Parts: sequence; structure tokens; C-alpha cells
Amino acid sequence: MLEIKNLHVSVDGKAILKGIDLSVQPGEIHAIMGPNGSGKSTLSHVIAGRDGYEITGGRIIYQGEDMTGMAPEIRAAKGIFLAFQYPVEIPGVANTTFLKEALNAICRYHGKDELDAMQFVKVMREKTKELGIPEDMLKRAVNVGFSGGEKKRNEILQMAILNPTLAILDETDSGLDIDAMKIVAEGVNKLRAPERSILLITHYQRLLDYIIPDKVHVLAHGRIQRSGDKKLALELEEKGYAEFGEAAA
Amino acid sequence: MTTESTNIKTFVESFDPARSGLPGAGLGWLKALREDGIERFEALGLPTPKLEAWKYTRLKPLEDTRYQPVTDEDGMAALDTVPSLLPDPGGRPRLVFVNGWMRPNFWIDGDLPDGVHLEGLRDVLETRPDWIRERLGTLAGEDASSLVQLNTAMMDTGFVLRVEDGVRVETPIEVIFVGGLTARPVAYSPRNLIVLGKGAEATVVKYHVGLGAGAYLANSVSDIEVGPGALLRHYKVQAEAKEATHIHTIRARVARDATYESFSLSIGGRLSRNEVSVRLEGEGAHCALNGAYLMRGSEHCDNTTVIDHLVPHTTCREVFKGVLDDESRAVFVGRIVVHKDAQKTDGYQLCKTLLLSTGAEIDAKPELEIYADDVKCSHGAATGQLDETALFYLRSRGVPEALARNLLVQSFIGEALEEISDEVVRQAITDQVVHWLPAACYLAEEWRAE
Repeated sequence: MLEIKNLHVSVDGKAILKGIDLSVQPGEIHAIMGPNGSGKSTLSHVIAGRDGYEITGGRIIYQGEDMTGMAPEIRAAKGIFLAFQYPVEIPGVANTTFLKEALNAICRYHGKDELDAMQFVKVMREKTKELGIPEDMLKRAVNVGFSGGEKKRNEILQMAILNPTLAILDETDSGLDIDAMKIVAEGVNKLRAPERSILLITHYQRLLDYIIPDKVHVLAHGRIQRSGDKKLALELEEKGYAEFGEAAA
Repeated sequence: MTTESTNIKTFVESFDPARSGLPGAGLGWLKALREDGIERFEALGLPTPKLEAWKYTRLKPLEDTRYQPVTDEDGMAALDTVPSLLPDPGGRPRLVFVNGWMRPNFWIDGDLPDGVHLEGLRDVLETRPDWIRERLGTLAGEDASSLVQLNTAMMDTGFVLRVEDGVRVETPIEVIFVGGLTARPVAYSPRNLIVLGKGAEATVVKYHVGLGAGAYLANSVSDIEVGPGALLRHYKVQAEAKEATHIHTIRARVARDATYESFSLSIGGRLSRNEVSVRLEGEGAHCALNGAYLMRGSEHCDNTTVIDHLVPHTTCREVFKGVLDDESRAVFVGRIVVHKDAQKTDGYQLCKTLLLSTGAEIDAKPELEIYADDVKCSHGAATGQLDETALFYLRSRGVPEALARNLLVQSFIGEALEEISDEVVRQAITDQVVHWLPAACYLAEEWRAE
């Protein structure tokens, strides 16, 4: 599904990722944990194709194809989805408009017919119902006036509608109280599927109580320092990141 | 002799030969008014950046181009279809002017209720000379700018809307000025009058649209009276031709408990200036002066507004948003004057500009002059670029970059468009904004013209 090989990334000439190797198989959930400033967010943005990151070495192979240098919209069309840590507010553009544009762009990319209004409404209804999200959220402008929890649920809704094969959740748990986090985790669990891989980027172990990962990696100083199963997360919870030369924030 | 003074001469010299053909040529008072106008224009000269009110806008085309008054032949230029702003007019009244000339064959009377009078300036000068004299005489103003003086001298076209006390017009009235259909540079000077009686209500949309590539000067003046308790929605779209210069001076007087709502969209023309001054003359008077400008190439757009709060308990709201690409330039000057007695004034002003290119420039100048001590006035001006994070957000969902940029521009301008209270007009103006955007394919249905 996803093979990252010896990935080196710099921002403004400063090396952030210094040789990442990561292999994610279909259906797997991998958690990437690490202290602040370890490069977790950089990794997630680079996979999704954000401008401003210089790949100085290595490759990102997704479904056998090299993603390096590919536009973010093309990556999205190929099934990569990034749930933002801070979802962006877009006044004046309704959630439905945004989702319809996104979904139809992806359809066009694959040479499929765009959804007509009826089909689109049907997909929307189905997904909001499935995730227990109120339909009025769709009519509102993208993330405008949304609470922290609503913004994250909106990310999960977008993910459900765009139906990616690789979902990267960048600190989706940050800023959420325990109830909101449970709701979001429940949403993610509903989207677990044999053909879908999920990369969970998180600072804290607590999200992993609700979304059980197949593998856990510790990212620090731009490298993956240790990999293990869910027990590694518990160990980190106990000891913090001190072992990796950083104090837990 | 400088180019500028040569050109003042060109304007002045065109006055004499033209005057016998101008509307109301037989009226003595108007003759005197016109002569006074041309004299004052000659004395004042063209505005230059030396004047504070013209600090950021230079009237280069007026210095360089020898505009000639339009002739009736220009007015008969072939026009296959009327470029209407509002969709299918249905029962909507519509007036059409081509190269400054009335074209009654394109007019639609619409379903106007009794007590609403919509006519060409030329006709009203014949049918109600005294009524119009009362207004033109007093509104002309000795202290008016030189371009208003030029308009007073040369006014050769325009419309008059008079709504009697208590009469409400539901449907928007559209007035279309088509320019650019001449081979030589021409000038025309519409003079419009809108007078709403006590408790009257009307919506007027002016569409200044350029066809063809001709250089022309449209020097318009609109004088407006909103009577006690009346409501005027006054919208304007400036989509002039590439080489056009568009000058529009709007002077509105708003009486007790009356509302004047205006929105001005600028999306064309080489040089445009919208100068709006509103006098809130009665308690409870309110004005909303809003607008948006989208410029590219080397276009220049100037929005200069003055709101005078003359009495207590008056309110104003002003929202302008602009998008500037390439080497385009815009000016926003928003002056709010709260006079000594105008206690409890409530004023709000916002001007935001989005720069899409490093070569674009905005000069924004809010000016609050407050002489009363119990008032609430706030203003804000901000300039920024497209939010890269928002762009990435949209693209990461599969939205192609060009479309994502358009959505963000629409989102930005949307805040100003929301201020338009008439739904039909808001949609029509939104469509104009969408039309302005670079072709990015696959626009959302909500934004697509029907």
C-alpha cells in the first residue's frame, strides 16, 4: 500500500526528516507517535503533497507508484486523504459544495461520470447517517463556526465520502475532550476496511485506547526510532519520550 | 502648453458645437446651468493627484485622449441582443442606452405600479421642466468636482425615476448603459435622478457594460433623494470595455428613517472611479455602502466614499472587498464624518483586499472625522494573499488547483456579496464575479449562471 524509503525532507534548508522507512500493508492501522517537533506533521503533509517541503532524498511509493512531485489533488484522486490537525474555515462555501467539487473532481480523474444532484444527496444522507452526523452540518460553510469536535467530525465525514485507500489522521485527537475523541474514534473505526490503510499521527497514547493500531512507530529527531505493536504505545504512556532525548510535552 | 491643458481645451471646445443638440436645449435656466458648468470645469481643470481626493488616481486617459461627444449615429449602433445583467427580464422594467443614447426600442415597461415614473432625462426635461429644475439646480452644487461640472455642462443622456409617496416597487428596475460601439474615442455624460417619496420603496440596478474595443469616457452623475421612511436599493455593475474610462459620481440625500443601500461591483474598464457621497439628513437614516472590485491587467479602480452623519441617531455600514491580479491597482477611501450634533451615530467600515500577484497594489484609506462625543464608529482595513493552507486543504480533497483558487476568491468576495439584500440581484452579481474568474472548469452549481 504505502512504502516510504529513506525519506529525507527539508523545510527552508533545515532537515526535518532524516531517513524515514515505513511500510504499511492494506487494511493496517499504523500509529506514528513522537514528541513535538519530531517531524510527525511534516511526514503527513509530505505524503499528501503539500508545497514548501523539499524532498532531498528517498521516495514515497503508494500502490506501486512514486508519489514524489505529484500534485495533492492527483494524490487525493488516487486515494490519499489527510485529515487536518487544524481544519481550515472557508466562509461562503457550503460543505456540500466543497464535497461535491471534490468528489466530482475525483470521478472525472478516473473518467467516471459525475454524480448528479440526486445521487450526491443519496451519498451524503447515507454517510451522515452512518456516522451519526447531523445533516445540517452539510449546509453550513466549511468549518465556519464549527466547534473543535465538529471540525474533526467533518474531517471524518469527508473521509467517509471520498472513500480513500490511505487515510492519514494528523493529530486528530488534539484539542478534543474525551467524549469528542470517542465520537471521532468511533467514526474512524467504522471506516476500518480490509482495503483501507490508516496512518494515525498522535502525540498521546489515549487515542489508541479507542483505535487499536496494528503497529506503532516512534518518530523523533526526524527518524523512526522504534517500531512495535500496541504495547509500545502503552510503554510510551508510562515512560514518556525521555528515552528518545525529549521530554514529553 | 501641457497635454492636460490641451485636453481641457478639447472638452471645452466640444461644448459649443454640441449644445444645440443636448437635451433641454430650449430651456433658459438649463442653458445657464450648462454654461456655468463648463466655466467651472475650465477653471478647475482635470483633477490631479495634487488634490487630496485624487491622490492615488491619475486621469491619464483623460489627459491623453481626445474624446468627442457622441452623435445620434453612435447611438444607433447595431445591437443584436441586449446584454442584460438580470436573467430573463420577465416583468422587469428595463431601460437601454447605447453609446449614451436612449434606445426606446429595447425598453421594457414592465409591471410598474401607478405612481412610478421611469423616463429618459430628455423626456422629463420636456414634460416636467420645473420639477427637474428644482433638483438639478440645487443638486448641481457650486462646490462640486470638476468632473461633475463637466457632466452638468455636457449631460446628454440619463434616466429619471420618480416614485410617489407610499408606492413600493417589488421588482428590480434595470438600466443598461452599453458602451464601446464606436470607432473613435467618444465621451458621454449620463445624468440620472432617482427621487423616492415618503415611504416609497424601489430597487434600481445599473449595468454599465462595454462591447467592442473602443475607447470611451462615461462620466456619469446620479443624484438621489430618499424621502422619509423610504428605501432605495441602488446597485451598479461596472463591466466597461478594456479601454474605457468610467467615472461615476453618486450623491445621495437620505431623509428621516430612510435607508439607502448601495452595492457597486467593478470588473472592467481601464480606469474607473466610483465616488459616492451620502448625506444622512434625518434621524433614523441609514446607509449601507458596499462594493467589490476585481481587477486584472493594468486596470485601476478607485472607490471613494464620503458619508456625512448630520443629525443624531443615524447609522452606516460599509463593506468593500477587492481582488487584484497582475499589475492592477485599486484605491479605497472611506471617509465618515460625524458632525457636531450627530450624537448616537453608529458607523462600521471594512475594506479587505486580496492580492493575487506581487505586482498588484491597493491604497486603502479609512478616514473617520468625529466631532460628536457620543458615537460608535469602527473601521478595519486588511490586505492579504490567498491562504496557502486553505489552498492545500481544498487540493488535498481532490479539488484541482485552479478551481480551488476560484473557490477561495469566491469565498473572499462572498462576504461583500452577502450585503446585497435583493436576492435576484445578489445572484446576478455573483454570476458576474464567477464570470470574471479565470476559466477553471467545473464550477459548483451554486455559482453557475442558470
